[in-house]
Amino acid sequence: MDNSRHLYADLISSDRPAFALSDEEREEIIEEKGHYENPRAASIEALKIVQHHRGWVPDGAIPAIAELLGIPGSDVEGVATFYSQIFRQPVGRHVIRLCDSMTCYINGYEAIRERLKSELGIVPGQTTTDERFTLIPVCCLGNCDKGPTMMVDDDTHSHLDAETLMSVLEAYK
Amino acid sequence: MSATTPVNRRLTSFGTANLIERAPETHPLTWRLNADASPVWLEEYRAKQGYLGAKRALTELTPEEVAAEVKEAGLKGRGGAGFPAGVKWGLTAKGEGIPRGYLLCNADEMEPNTYKDRLLMEQQPHLLLEGMIVAAYANHSYRGYVFLRGEYVDAAKSLRRAVAEAREAGLLGRDIFGSGFDFDIYVHTGAGRYICGEETALINSLEGRRANPRAKPPFPGQSGAWGKPTVVNNVETLCGVSSIILNGVEWYHGLCLPGSEDHGTKMMGFSGKVKNPGLWELPLGITAREVLEEYAGGMRDGCTLKAWQPGGAGTGFLLPEHLDAQMYSGGIGKVGTRMGTALSMAVDDSVSMVSLLRNMEEFFARESCGWCTPCRDGLPWTVKILRALEAGEGEPGDVELLLELTRKLGPGKTYCAHAPGAIEPLGSAIKYFREEFEAGIRTPSTANAPQEPVGSV
Ligand SMILES: Cc1cc2nc3c(=O)[nH]c(=O)nc-3n(C[C@H](O)[C@H](O)[C@H](O)COP(=O)(O)O)c2cc1C
Ligand code: SF4
Ligand code: FES
Repeated sequence: MDNSRHLYADLISSDRPAFALSDEEREEIIEEKGHYENPRAASIEALKIVQHHRGWVPDGAIPAIAELLGIPGSDVEGVATFYSQIFRQPVGRHVIRLCDSMTCYINGYEAIRERLKSELGIVPGQTTTDERFTLIPVCCLGNCDKGPTMMVDDDTHSHLDAETLMSVLEAYK
Repeated sequence: MSATTPVNRRLTSFGTANLIERAPETHPLTWRLNADASPVWLEEYRAKQGYLGAKRALTELTPEEVAAEVKEAGLKGRGGAGFPAGVKWGLTAKGEGIPRGYLLCNADEMEPNTYKDRLLMEQQPHLLLEGMIVAAYANHSYRGYVFLRGEYVDAAKSLRRAVAEAREAGLLGRDIFGSGFDFDIYVHTGAGRYICGEETALINSLEGRRANPRAKPPFPGQSGAWGKPTVVNNVETLCGVSSIILNGVEWYHGLCLPGSEDHGTKMMGFSGKVKNPGLWELPLGITAREVLEEYAGGMRDGCTLKAWQPGGAGTGFLLPEHLDAQMYSGGIGKVGTRMGTALSMAVDDSVSMVSLLRNMEEFFARESCGWCTPCRDGLPWTVKILRALEAGEGEPGDVELLLELTRKLGPGKTYCAHAPGAIEPLGSAIKYFREEFEAGIRTPSTANAPQEPVGSV
């Protein structure tokens, strides 16, 4: 049962929707290009720029980025599938990254995971039907002395407790 | 996807390192930290001796002299492997006719139980930038990148602001301190793979490729990023450089405790079910017992220490009787494993070693880059066996099989140190707690292993 397939799904899609990078995305990618020795190095940043604006990286973004950087589309695809924080399917309005590494394991992360699963009705890798939350497991968030821990979007939440967990999520509509 | 961030929240890294007593002479990495964890920006940093080490290096010393001072000081790499920084710098190709290359700061901090670089970057970005300027000067690097893990959004904000401040003040860019030395720094954020922390995988990732490690030789110091000489150092290593240049080797040699063969101070931690989990800058040579009992406050009431790991997921488990080992590479070496990152983790008696190892090997299996067969196939195999043992459905011979896998994935058998790091804790857990593993063989049990995926990509 590999739930995370939902996020990093197959790239080969026959009916690619028309896709164009926005002016803002183009500008940001071109600026990033200038920070490296060659354009290829900006490919990860480019994927993250698209993801920042859209929440995920649609298939059509791959050839568009490749063209802008002047590198083969297959290379951009290879990078997009390798890195776990590049989402290839739409995600919810808020992404929950729950640390599943050893120190949080000792501090009881499994109870947090079970609570999230039952409250949100999803397993790690899935998005709630109201598209509010996507839950993904992440390795050590570098907050091990304050675990269990998770990020919701850009915020890190420490000392999670199954009882108060849902009140933390209240802030994310 | 705008986040509803509470205003005035404290930085995540706020903690014990901010609260213990600190002094410039004894806590070169942390004395500038504010008690409320507010970042030390340029003005405050300069008022607290900031950039004086870099100024001395660039205006009074040759690059070779800088490398020699750091070598003599004995500063070892703080990223886990402990290679002496000055020696690495001495081996970097540089000089007439050799193109100037790169200085890469390894800020990919992802090894489970590692939470030290986050604090240094969130709260003291200029200390890192200053160390990078000095290291770049010693290595003739013309450009630096901080390779930062993507989840460290606050560290990225701190570093980006600090880089802008430093550029504005002429501390980055052309002709720094009127020395004729040019150098600039960019912050590069990663996209989530533990293997990016391996230095040659990091170089591939920086170049916009999949993060598979590269064969060595050639070593990065000869041919690294874009084929040019490249130095990779950990955040904490680079943060340790400027005080050596400013205060001298003799002062640095006075920092560690008697008996330690490694010099200086080190960010150390203790986590798990201890009373006061945290992070502290401590002298090398301190015993693990003192860190656990005096700093972390000992075990929580009702918890008994069963085992501990000295420095991150890739180091071996030790027993309570090993707590008198001194925290420096040779001190932990004497009791049979590596100091690693020196952020220790306590395992209490409520934790099953089999379940803990199952969790750890799931991490290592998921994060294998898949490049070489023993690691790609061997790690999921350990997970499968551990899940069976955890569920009480192990087969006779499973423990021997796990031990055989630890031999097959050991140092020298794989392309990079990921697989050896993965089996170090496994081998030691079986060595000390073999009966817990044996107990998982075909005895009915109520504990069911959760069926989470091994590989998520
Ligand atoms: C799988 C793997 C992951 C690593 N992750 C990191 C890391 O996140 N940060 C780090 O500084 N070093 C990491 N290292 C060690 C680096 O390869 C390298 O030794 C280090 O960056 C050198 O810097 P130092 O000498 O200053 O410690 C890792 C090594 C391996 C094999
Ligand atoms: S040991 Fe593992 S992580 Fe390292 S190169 Fe081989 S497959 Fe990749
Ligand atoms: S193990 Fe969860 S934050 Fe480190």
